[in-house]
Amino acid sequence: MLELKNISFEVNDKEDKKEILKDVTVKIDDRFIAITGPNGGGKSTLAKIIAGIERPTRGSILLDGVDITEKNITERARLGISYAFQQPVRFKGITVKDVITLAAGKHICTKEACTYLSEVGLCAKDYIDREVNESLSGGELKRIEIAMTIARGTKLTVFDEPEAGIDLWSFQNLIKVFEKLYKSVKGSVIIISHQERILNVAEKIILVSKGRIQEYDDKNKILPKLLNPAKGGCKFYKGDAYHG
Amino acid sequence: MDNQQSSLLKRISDWNDKEGSAVNIRANGKSVIRNTTENVSILTKEDKEGIDIIIKPGTKKENVHIPVIISESGMSELVYNDFYIGDNADVTIIAGCGIHNDGDRLSAHDGIHTFHIGKNARVKYREKHYGEGEGSGERIMNPQTEVFMDEGSSMDMETVQIKGVDSTVRITRAVVGKEAKLDIKEIIMTHGNQYAKTQFEVDLNGEESGVHVVSRSVAKDNSKQFFFSKINGNAKCMGHSECDAIIMDQACVSAIPEVTANNVEAQLIHEAAIGKIAGEQIMKLMTLGLTESEAEAQIINGFLK
Repeated sequence: MLELKNISFEVNDKEDKKEILKDVTVKIDDRFIAITGPNGGGKSTLAKIIAGIERPTRGSILLDGVDITEKNITERARLGISYAFQQPVRFKGITVKDVITLAAGKHICTKEACTYLSEVGLCAKDYIDREVNESLSGGELKRIEIAMTIARGTKLTVFDEPEAGIDLWSFQNLIKVFEKLYKSVKGSVIIISHQERILNVAEKIILVSKGRIQEYDDKNKILPKLLNPAKGGCKFYKGDAYHG
Repeated sequence: MDNQQSSLLKRISDWNDKEGSAVNIRANGKSVIRNTTENVSILTKEDKEGIDIIIKPGTKKENVHIPVIISESGMSELVYNDFYIGDNADVTIIAGCGIHNDGDRLSAHDGIHTFHIGKNARVKYREKHYGEGEGSGERIMNPQTEVFMDEGSSMDMETVQIKGVDSTVRITRAVVGKEAKLDIKEIIMTHGNQYAKTQFEVDLNGEESGVHVVSRSVAKDNSKQFFFSKINGNAKCMGHSECDAIIMDQACVSAIPEVTANNVEAQLIHEAAIGKIAGEQIMKLMTLGLTESEAEAQIINGFLK
């Protein structure tokens, strides 16, 4: 279980201090959670604070009751947190098999590495020896990133806007990958997303806005409100504002 | 060869005596092991230091090993190796130089390799440079490679210098004939106060000739690297050079490309990129459980692969 206690995060904006997260307190114990909300509301910051990429100005983070606030990225990764970047990183000379092996944290045979690729719908033999460089498209990289989190198999995985930077065609495939992940994943998954179809895969939705958690409830309760602007929802989530 | 020489040899060459291939091992200025085959003859030069390697036309899938090792402090040599590769041959040539210097005197190997590549012949050339030793004496290697490529021939050249060479000036010149293709990949890592300068000069003289020059390097500590490349397109041809460097600590990297088209059908491209390791690359590998230094090592190893 992940617990955030009174998390605040401030940045220096010119002369002023800007508070991106304001006293966020939440316990996350569900299997598949989507975090959504308007841009600039603090979602990605929250994900980065969980992974240790950003340190909160105040507050503490507990993973299964253990305070990890002072732990760095490496230590948190070893304690069981995976983090998939919004913009996957490219590496010259490092192959798909290399990154999957690094993610698995042990030597794995090509066959095993291929299994993870197949799970995200990539034809393993076409990709396993390719470099994770500019030759891969955004959609391919996203899937490799997801294959890496599957290879890690940690108790908590955070995806930061997996739909960002991919075309519509790849997006359809991405949804399938998440639907499959939902069925097979053993730990908890947190997905930051603007996309209705991704939110639809989740069990619970957390609505983050203006640096605070506004709601945390069953998908079935939150999603209709978000999708129906007449009742105070927001047309943003109907998918007509595609974030590519 | 003594144990030290054998271990030095292993660093730069995967030759073993069971292979039965043509070989000339030069240790401290003398040829200590030599083997020739029906198709590959190796002759000692009479007018200067070095050997002539003559490969018969049509020779297929043979390896030729010509490693050089220096384990004597203060040893300095200039060696000429000339390769004559017959038409339609297909061979792999594995060169390399290892210097072990425990003394305080300078050890140096300057090798001048000249390749005459026959029509439609294919040559794979591999060269590894390595230095070690506790002494204050410098380890210096200055290789010069001259390549003359006849019609339809190809050469795939890969040179690696990863560790322990204090100073190197590497000069490669090539004249590429009709429909001939030259691929060069250079891998360099410098550390400490090392100095490495590489210079390529390629004349694309033949119709449909081509060259790719790729340099991948990492400069650490206070080391300095200079990359010069000059490609002249004198016919309908394709020329491409790419210098990609990671800079760390207080190192310095300089890249100076030059492309000259002397023919309207010449297509020449140069790319150069120098920069530190991207913070997000380190961060990504840390999210997989690697420490910062492990992540850095992985990125460098991949980059120099």
